[in-house]
Amino acid sequence: MNELLDPLLLARWQFGLTTVYHFLFVPLTIGLATTTAVFQTAWYRTGKAEYLRITRFFGSIFLINFAMGVVTGIVQEFQFGMNWSEYSRFVGDVFGAPLALEGLLAFFFEATFIGLWIFGWDKLPRRVHLATIWATAIGSIASAYFIIAANAFMQNPVGYQMNVERGRAELVDIGALLANPVALAAFPHTIAASFMVAAGLIISAAAWHLARNQHLDTMRPALKFGLWVMVGSGILTTLFGDQLSLAMVATQPMKMAAAEATYNTVCGADASFSLFTLGTPDGSSELFSIRVPYLLSFLSTHTFDGCVEGINDLQAQYQELYGPGDYAPIIWVTYWAFRWMIGLGLAHVFVAVVGLWVTRKGRMPKQAWIWKVAIWSFPLSLGAMIVGWIFTEMGRQPWIVFSLLPTESAVSPNVTGLEVLISLVAFTVVYGALAIVEVRLVLRAIRKGPPDVGEPDPETGRHEPATTVY
Amino acid sequence: MDLTVLWFWIVAFFFVGYFVLDGFDFGVGMSLPFLAKDDTDRRVLINTIGPVWDLNETWVIVAGAALFAAFPEWYATLFSGFYLALLLILLALIARGVSFEYRHQRPESQWKKWFDGMIVVGSAVPALLWGVAFADIVQGVPLDAGHNYTGTLFDLLNPFALLGGLTTLLLFFTHGVVFASLKTEGELRERARRLAARSGLGTIVVAAVFLVWTGFAFGSFWFWVLAAVAALALIGGWLANARGAERVAFTMLAITIAAAVLALFASLFPDVMPASNDPANSLTIENASSSAYTLTVMSWVAVIALPLVLVYQGWTYWVFRKRVSRASVEASAH
Repeated sequence: MNELLDPLLLARWQFGLTTVYHFLFVPLTIGLATTTAVFQTAWYRTGKAEYLRITRFFGSIFLINFAMGVVTGIVQEFQFGMNWSEYSRFVGDVFGAPLALEGLLAFFFEATFIGLWIFGWDKLPRRVHLATIWATAIGSIASAYFIIAANAFMQNPVGYQMNVERGRAELVDIGALLANPVALAAFPHTIAASFMVAAGLIISAAAWHLARNQHLDTMRPALKFGLWVMVGSGILTTLFGDQLSLAMVATQPMKMAAAEATYNTVCGADASFSLFTLGTPDGSSELFSIRVPYLLSFLSTHTFDGCVEGINDLQAQYQELYGPGDYAPIIWVTYWAFRWMIGLGLAHVFVAVVGLWVTRKGRMPKQAWIWKVAIWSFPLSLGAMIVGWIFTEMGRQPWIVFSLLPTESAVSPNVTGLEVLISLVAFTVVYGALAIVEVRLVLRAIRKGPPDVGEPDPETGRHEPATTVY
Repeated sequence: MDLTVLWFWIVAFFFVGYFVLDGFDFGVGMSLPFLAKDDTDRRVLINTIGPVWDLNETWVIVAGAALFAAFPEWYATLFSGFYLALLLILLALIARGVSFEYRHQRPESQWKKWFDGMIVVGSAVPALLWGVAFADIVQGVPLDAGHNYTGTLFDLLNPFALLGGLTTLLLFFTHGVVFASLKTEGELRERARRLAARSGLGTIVVAAVFLVWTGFAFGSFWFWVLAAVAALALIGGWLANARGAERVAFTMLAITIAAAVLALFASLFPDVMPASNDPANSLTIENASSSAYTLTVMSWVAVIALPLVLVYQGWTYWVFRKRVSRASVEASAH
C-alpha cells in the first residue's frame, strides 16, 4: 500500500505520462504549421486549386491537434508548482524566466495568429492571411526554443549561482542560459525531428489515398513533398543529434554511458556501438550482441581512438563529488530508447529515399506492401520522437537538475500520495478517452480527403476560400 | 520603484487580462443552455468566441509563468497547496478547449450534445473555482515555516471563499451574456440582453456582499477605492444593458472585473499569500520573489513585449468585430 501511494513515484509517472502525451501534439503542431504555410504559399504564388485543397486538408488535421496541444500544455506549466514545489522553489529564479519569455514572446503570438488564420480566410487580404500561418509557425518554433532552453538547464545547469542563504539557484547570466550548448544542439535536433513527424503524417495520409488510387492530383504532390521533407529533415536531425551527443558527453557523461550500457571505460576499437544486445534481465552482463567497433568512440568524441567513460567509473567519481548514492539511470530504458530513436529515425530516411526512387518521374508503384509501409510513417516517426525524449529525460535521472538537485528532493512535500493518485487516474482516464476521440477524428479527416474548393472566381481567376466557422 | 512591487502589479495585470478575457468566454460557454433555442443558436454563440478563446486562455499561461519567474515561492505554495482545486480547473479547461474544436467534427446531435455539456461545465467550474482560490488567497491559508500549505481541499471551501466563487461565477456569466448580446443579432441578441438584466441584478447583490465582507475583514484604503470603482462600473454596466447600449455595458463589466481583481491584489499587498495561522509564515513580495537580476531581465522583456502583444491582440478583436449571424453560420453546415 505504501508503495502504491508513494507521492514521488506517482508524481514521476504523472509527469512522464502527461509530458509524453502533450508531446504527441507539439511536434505535429510545429511541423504542420510550417508545412501548411508552405502549401499555402504555393497556392498564393500559383493560384492552383490543388495547393489550396492540400492546404485546407492538412490545415484541418493540424487544427484537430492544435486544441489538444494547447490544453495539455497548461497542465505542463501548472504541474511544476503542483507536484514539484520544492523544485519550483529551488530553480524558479532561473527556470521561470524562459517560461515567462516563452509566454510573452512566443505563445501569445502563436495563439493569436492561429485564431486569425482559422477564422480569417474571408476576412483578411490574401497576403495578410498567408502571413498569419507563417506567424503561427514562427511562434511555435520560438516557443520550442524557450522550452528547450529551460529543459537544457536541467540537463546542464549554466548561467546561475547558488544562493546558500535562500537555498536556491539564482540566475546571473540570461545570455548563458539561453545559449546553453545543450539547448543550441537540442533545439535544431528537435525542430528537425518535428518536421520528420509532420512529413510522416503527410506521407501516411497521401499514401492512404494513393494506395486506393484516388485524389491523385493533390496527393501525388503532397507525397513528393512529404518524402523530400522527410529526407531533408532526417539528415538534419541526424547531424544535430550528433552535435547533441557531443554536448551530452561533455556535460552528462553518465547519460552516454547509460545509452550504450558501457559499464567500464573503453577506448578506440573497444568503444564499440552495439546494434542489438541480449543480456541478463538487469542488463549487467550480456549474452549476445552485434557490435560496430570504434563507432561509440566516434559518436562521443568524433575521433576513432577516443575513450568513453563507463558507468562504474562515473559512479565512483560521483560518489566522491556528491556523496553516497546511485547515480546511474535505469540502464535498460536508456539503452533501448536510444536505439529505438536512432533506428526508427534512420529507417524513415531510408524508406523516404526508397519512396522517392519508386515514385520518380510520376511513377506509381502497384505493390500494396509499399503503400502499407508508407502508411506506417506517421505513427513510427512520432514514436521515434517520443523515445528520444524518454531517453534524454530518463538519462538525466536520478537528478532533476543535473548535479544540483536530486529528483527525490524536488517533489511537493505537502501533496499526499492519495492526491497524486487521484490526479494521475483522472489524467489517465481523460487523456485516454480524448486519445480515442482524437485518433478517430484524425483518421476520419484523412479518409474524407481534400475538400472541394469550388470554381475560381470568374473575375479574378482565383478561388475565394469559404468562411470557417465552428 | 522596487522591482518586486512592479512585478506584483504585473502579475496582477496578467490576472486582470485573464479574467476580463477568459471571463466573458466562460460566460458565453455557461450561457448556452439559457440563451440557445436550437443548434444554430449554439453555433452562433460558440462562434462569437471561436477566434479568440485560445488567445484569451493564453493569459493564464502567461500569468502562471510570470508568477513562477517573479515569485517562485508564491507559485510553489499556491499550486501545491491548491492541488485538487487546480486539478479540477485543469480538467475543466481541457474538456472545454477540445469541445470547441471537436463539437463541429461530426453531424450527429448526440455527439454535439456531449461537447455542449462539456463546454458548459468546463466553463462553469473554472469560473467558480478561480473566485474560490482568490478569495482564499486574500483571506489567508494555513502555512508552515517552509511555506507549505497544511490544510485540505475542504478548508478551501469555506463560506467566504465560496461567496468569492459565486461572485466570479455570476460576474463572468453576466459578462459573457453581455458579450453575446454585443456579438449576435435578432432574437438571440434580445434574449441575451434580457438575461443579462436578470443575472446582472443577482451579480450586483452577491458582489456587493462579497466586496463589503472583504473590505471589512481584509480591506485597505486602495481596496475600498478600487472596490468602489468596481461597484459603480457594475451598476453602470447594468443600466447600460437595460438601455441597450451593449458596447458600454460590455466595457463597464470589463472595468468591473479589472477593478475587482486589482482590489483583491490591493488588499493583499505587500503580502502575496498571508498565513492564517501565523503571520511569521506569510509569503510577502520580499520573501517570495526572485532575485533583482531575474526581475530586471523580465522587466525589460515585459516592457518591450507587452505593448506589441496588446497591439496584435487588439487587432484580432478588430478583425472579428462583426456580429455573428444565424445566416452566416447556417451557410456553412457541418
